[in-house]
Amino acid sequence: MTSNSQRRPVLRLLLIPVLVLGLALAVAACGGDDDGNGSESAAENGEGGVPEGLEIVSIPKQLGNPYEEVEHGGVEEATTELGGEHSYEGPTDAGASSQVPLINAAGQQGVDALIIAANDPNAVCPALQQAEQSGVAIVAMDSDAAPECRSIFINQASTEGIGQAQIEMICDQVPDCEGEIAILSATANATNQNAWIEVMEQELEKEEYSGLELVEIAYGDDDDQKSFQETQGLLQAYPDLQGIIAPTTVGIAAAARFICGSPNEGEVVVTGLGTPNQMRQFVDSGCVEEFALWNPADVGYLAAHAAANLTAENITGEEGETFEAGRLGEYEIGADGEVILGPPTRFNQENIGDFDF
Amino acid sequence: MSANAGASAARAYPRRLSELARWEALIFVLIVATLIFGSGLSDRFLTLTNFSFASKDIAEIALMALPLALIVITAEIDLSVASVLGLSSAVLGELWLAGWSMEAIIPVCLAIGALCGAFNAFCVTRLGLPSLAVTIGTLTMYRGLALVVLGDQGVTDFPAEWTRFGFEDIPGTSIPYPIALVALLAVGLAVLLHATRLGREIYAIGANEEAARFSGIRVKRIKSMLFVLSGTVAALAGIVYSLRLASARANYGEGFELSVVAAVVLGGVSIFGGKGTILGVVLALILLGAIRSALTLGDVSQEWVLIVTGALLIAAVLGPNLVQRVREARAHRRDRDTWSAPSGEG
Repeated sequence: MTSNSQRRPVLRLLLIPVLVLGLALAVAACGGDDDGNGSESAAENGEGGVPEGLEIVSIPKQLGNPYEEVEHGGVEEATTELGGEHSYEGPTDAGASSQVPLINAAGQQGVDALIIAANDPNAVCPALQQAEQSGVAIVAMDSDAAPECRSIFINQASTEGIGQAQIEMICDQVPDCEGEIAILSATANATNQNAWIEVMEQELEKEEYSGLELVEIAYGDDDDQKSFQETQGLLQAYPDLQGIIAPTTVGIAAAARFICGSPNEGEVVVTGLGTPNQMRQFVDSGCVEEFALWNPADVGYLAAHAAANLTAENITGEEGETFEAGRLGEYEIGADGEVILGPPTRFNQENIGDFDF
Repeated sequence: MSANAGASAARAYPRRLSELARWEALIFVLIVATLIFGSGLSDRFLTLTNFSFASKDIAEIALMALPLALIVITAEIDLSVASVLGLSSAVLGELWLAGWSMEAIIPVCLAIGALCGAFNAFCVTRLGLPSLAVTIGTLTMYRGLALVVLGDQGVTDFPAEWTRFGFEDIPGTSIPYPIALVALLAVGLAVLLHATRLGREIYAIGANEEAARFSGIRVKRIKSMLFVLSGTVAALAGIVYSLRLASARANYGEGFELSVVAAVVLGGVSIFGGKGTILGVVLALILLGAIRSALTLGDVSQEWVLIVTGALLIAAVLGPNLVQRVREARAHRRDRDTWSAPSGEG
């Protein structure tokens, strides 16, 4: 074949992607340019009230996490109370960049506020900042984003309080507060778990916990199966393991499922953060003595009220500002835009029957 | 002249535009359908801003899919690309922590990507191991290396003058920097594959490796080059990804290899080798990006993105299979008619 007839198909080949791109851009140009001014929220009410018809989008770390579903149910509750519209959009995996398209979409749609539990504090930052420029109020809850990318962070309890409570519980439950312990966390990039683990490590350096030795931090990625397998791995690697702290509801449920009913029951303490409904059977059987949490619905509820007040420009996220949060009462913003819900609640055989979530 | 009955299953080099256009035209039609569908779901879909957002989301997949297409045309595969992305990100983070400048870090990351590709090439060409097995192994190994290099931490304080290359548009246009990179790579590889002798040799290797070797084509050298290219581009994708997210982590890119292979298969590149075009892969990437964007903007649950992509993939594999069977059935019928006609000989 001569070089000419080979060159023609090539030109046509190069022509077609150019055509496709040109078509797409032409259609886009005709479709109108989104100049980033999408937010048409009625922020005219300066009296301390919140305008009706607010559009709030909430993004969990991942779809299908029961804890997060309760949390975002709280957002729904508050938004409905305020006469607004709530939209729940989540990624199918907890990867660092999975939330980025959802954040972008919220910004493009011009919603009033975005509430997010970040998979990675920094990976979502550029997207959040861009959304903020489009006029979206950004509130992080549960798992924080970097402070410069959000106005307010709703922390379920103080980070110190959560870390301390878990170390206290493991010390109470492990015989003589002595022995090897391990932590079964969620994903390696999760802001919240990492912050609590840091506190736990600091606590363990204290005199009263000198008998406890943290031998490993395992990552169950908030995946039930992986958490189950990681628990197995921990027990194989450390046969003398006395206790496992799982600061994640998926992890603690999986670890309890592995240990309760196995020869390790009674030998290895399981504690951490869990939901009463998931842990009820293990507490009733006596396998798990005590664990902690807070009401996740309240976290979402508080986040929605914070977001609404941000949109209404009653607050800007500065330390010392206060706002009304419906049935939860008045809250004050702390340092770095952080709002703390309250102290963690400990669940054991005495009180677990009082809760349903 | 029973041209059809004798035609080999894989037309090694598309000579006529009509043949080339069949698969690509179908994908093009699907793209148009998606654009219409997407604009029906949301009036923000067909905007330049959305083009910028949506194309960035698929930029790294696109970068890795292009060299992979060439590898698949030679009837090999490289599943380690996403792990090389992660390793590149980890090295970037670690060297940044050590105080290196970005100008010095980038070539190192690319070199490491090339080394990863070279190792794959060595196992496949010198040791003669099947690339599927090798790259599944290196997928795990490189990810492990990434975790050794950077551990669990994330590195986040990259300066704005570099991160803007990850997520900003070229000034004055709505084209993000990464997309310009993808376009450059696509054009370069298209020219390589369809207008050079090397490109013809790549097709020949995929169509029939033995015959290619006997006709003097340096099969091992070409395959090695392709694996090294794939590794280097995967490392580049890691750099782009880290800049776009303004952070570096060892676990970045986990699971991406599936999307990359999906784009290649959907682009009409045959797993058995010898068939496929860069145009097809580019169109497939546009289609996948458009679907993802349309569903996300339309507030459709993210699970549907997975369902639709999976369904498309199945159709992409089944489609040619069915067409082949229909063709064979028709040829069989024609032969049967020929043989059963009364012969005037003898």
